[in-house]
Amino acid sequence: MFSLENITRFIHEWLNGHFNPTFALFMEFGLVGVAAITLFAFLGLSLVWMERKVAAVMQIRIGPNRVGPKGIFQTTADTLKLLMKEGLVPDGADKFLFNLAPFIVMIVAMLILAPIAFAKNIQIWDINIGVLYLSAVSSLSVIGILMAGWASNNKYSLLGAMRSGAQIVSYELSAGLSVLSIVVMTGSLSIKDIILSQQNGWWIFKAHIPALISFIIFIIAVTAETNRAPFDMAEAESELTAGFHTEYSGMRFALFFLAEYINIFIVCAIGATLFFGGWMPLHIGNWQAFNHIMNYIPSSIWFFGKTIGLIFLIMWFRWTFPRLRIDQLLNLEWKYLLPISMFNLLLMTVVAIMGWHF
Amino acid sequence: MIEEIGRTTEGDLIINIGPQHPATHGVLHLVITLNGETIKKVEPHLGYIHRSIEKMCESLSYRQFIYVTSRMDYLSSHINNHGCALCVEKGLQIEVPLRAQFIRVLMDELTRIASHELWWGAMAMDLGAFTPFFHAFRERETITDIMEKTCGARLTMNYIVPGGVMAELHPDFQKDVKRFIQLYKSKFEEYNELVTGNVIFQNRMKSVGVLSKKDAISYGCTGPVGRASGVFCDIRKLYPYDIYNKIEFEEITETEGDSFARYLVRLKEMQQSIRIIEQLLDNIPEGDFQAKTKAVLKLPKGEFYQRVETARGELGVYIVSEGGTTPYRIKFRSPGFSNLSALEHMVKGLKIGDLVAAMGSLDLVIPDIDR
Amino acid sequence: MFLIDYIKDVYGAVRSMLKGMRMTGYYFTHHKEIITEQYPDNRETLKLAERFRGEVVLLHDEKNEHACTGCSACEIACPNGTIKIINKFDITPEGKKKKAIDTFVYHLELCTMCNLCIEACPTDAIKMAQTFEHSVYDRSKLTKKLNNDGSKLREGVE
Repeated sequence: MFSLENITRFIHEWLNGHFNPTFALFMEFGLVGVAAITLFAFLGLSLVWMERKVAAVMQIRIGPNRVGPKGIFQTTADTLKLLMKEGLVPDGADKFLFNLAPFIVMIVAMLILAPIAFAKNIQIWDINIGVLYLSAVSSLSVIGILMAGWASNNKYSLLGAMRSGAQIVSYELSAGLSVLSIVVMTGSLSIKDIILSQQNGWWIFKAHIPALISFIIFIIAVTAETNRAPFDMAEAESELTAGFHTEYSGMRFALFFLAEYINIFIVCAIGATLFFGGWMPLHIGNWQAFNHIMNYIPSSIWFFGKTIGLIFLIMWFRWTFPRLRIDQLLNLEWKYLLPISMFNLLLMTVVAIMGWHF
Repeated sequence: MIEEIGRTTEGDLIINIGPQHPATHGVLHLVITLNGETIKKVEPHLGYIHRSIEKMCESLSYRQFIYVTSRMDYLSSHINNHGCALCVEKGLQIEVPLRAQFIRVLMDELTRIASHELWWGAMAMDLGAFTPFFHAFRERETITDIMEKTCGARLTMNYIVPGGVMAELHPDFQKDVKRFIQLYKSKFEEYNELVTGNVIFQNRMKSVGVLSKKDAISYGCTGPVGRASGVFCDIRKLYPYDIYNKIEFEEITETEGDSFARYLVRLKEMQQSIRIIEQLLDNIPEGDFQAKTKAVLKLPKGEFYQRVETARGELGVYIVSEGGTTPYRIKFRSPGFSNLSALEHMVKGLKIGDLVAAMGSLDLVIPDIDR
Repeated sequence: MFLIDYIKDVYGAVRSMLKGMRMTGYYFTHHKEIITEQYPDNRETLKLAERFRGEVVLLHDEKNEHACTGCSACEIACPNGTIKIINKFDITPEGKKKKAIDTFVYHLELCTMCNLCIEACPTDAIKMAQTFEHSVYDRSKLTKKLNNDGSKLREGVE
């Protein structure tokens, strides 16, 4: 059956057969870099198209349908337009930080890509503290946002960036605690081990109630972390302050815009890995025949299917609910999500110790 | 859209919510004094869409000036025309045939529903939910299609003339309106599910922008804004015109006076309008649709006043006539102007997000305020 | 007790959110609810109401005759001077001078489509057409002459 492993193995053997091992290693680095950038570009374009189509159908209208069949080249056209715009740097802005901020946000997104497993044995770096690495590096994106707000020399960008920063930092707690509850069940921080431990069923089915609560809290927390509605007060279009990326135009704005969609992809990939098994097909206990049939579907299809399902869920949230006010947002986190997730962690530990899971 | 235009001596920030809005409302310029995130003073600057309608009417005859008033509060254009026609008829002592009265009231209530639908979609959009806007426009399209078949226009109808209406109802009218009522009743539950019952909406609107009954009376707030604070000010009940005194419907009031109360008042008003339409639809009497009047209308010397209930509140039409073919002076008492003056009182001490919710719940249409 | 209220709060909130999501989910899955009319593509099948106020036209029958006597009632009724009637004097076969219409000037750029001219016309000569695509590149094209060349008044109209 089709598997990406064959391609990677073929490339690895070809390179090692023709060049000396160090050179082959560096060539592989380069190839992986190119693949990551291509994946990002492709993802950015298709996710924006998906969002516009999903929004349109929920609003009983047709989305973009003129540029290309069903409008699939619409985002390409928009990106070309953004490239041709003039990139203004405001007077009095801190030039170095102003130019650096979009790149920091993009680089953080690329760094998080490393431990994610896209298919069986397709993983850039299987570090033994995978989950901890993910939480740690994702906190760095706050720096990019604050840099953007400060360097714009605009009081309202600064206010928006501060609000955004406060929001991201608070919601990381709940997200981290929900991730921790799965780690408790698995017993290991490495992504590969977490996926392999879901060999006989996904965690959301095996650890029933606590995992479900964890999943709900995780989805709410990552929606807030990526500044998506209903938590997008910091960059709202019809409100007062237009957010930390007001002063950005042209290519720099395109980088922020694409980085937002890539962040969504990444947090959904993490959610799919932890709760739904990553690339692991749906296995039920020891129903061997059923499991064998499920294995025929390639693991990359499983992974992308689950991630896109979660992305659709986050888009569904955006087009249904209104915005929360900034104090209601922080209220929600500190008074509701954090106590519930702490209690849930306790519950999950009890379930793990007493063996009350499948 | 926002720029800092100065600081007061205590270090507060003065900002503009500029004339151009990404949302609905129209060209409203608010100058807000902020202390951190709390609002201290709101000053509306009006006049960006002043078109001197009242002055224009001084050079138009009594048949001609009605089309201009459609453009004042364009969401309830029938009701504006109705008020002007009633005032002219009061001056000339014209008796309007019963059929024309039924048609006028039917069109009025349909316009009221259409206006409230647009308000509902726009308010949800202000608060950040983009979907209800499109759902509201689906219902509004059905109503404007009905209007298009009978009156010929979709927004500025100009269908009511002194003496009756301009043309006979289209033969499909009753069938179309019945279909609309059925569609509306099935969708109303969805409105409650999507917006009213949603906990986020409720938290954004409850206790935001409270206007007490005494303040509502003293600022002159009428329409749903006044009724949500407990003031009984429905002109259709207090000073009935046309056949409103023969129809059964309730006047909706709430007591809290916050944004959620204004929201509920308008939703329930839509249901009462449906009730009125159902009572009238099958009982339209036969007869003329227009009374016979002279070709050139001349009001006798004197002053005439007529009030009607638009979707926003009480519209007053005041005509001063010197006996000629054109009025000497016309003055319109616009409902939005008095409602807007209560805005500062409502949002003092609240945050910027609350200002948007309060402004949305006031249902302002700026061309109505500026004329 | 505080804990019971807390749990009731959370439960009520989650339930109301799920109801809202169910509604948008319904619209996502039922594509036949989409009501968009794809405008430039459906020009052939587009049908407007017959009373739709597009622009004023002068009715001509197959013999290129119209019913406008040049009485200027529409010009007087129009609130903002959109119509201008230019008359000429024809000599009838009996040798008398008769007023007839030379040009019916109609400024589409000023018209507010208020229908007062149609109401005022005593011979039902003008009516509203159902056209709505009035954009032009050159403003002078919006000043129209409504009576065709070589057309004359129909017999028997007064």
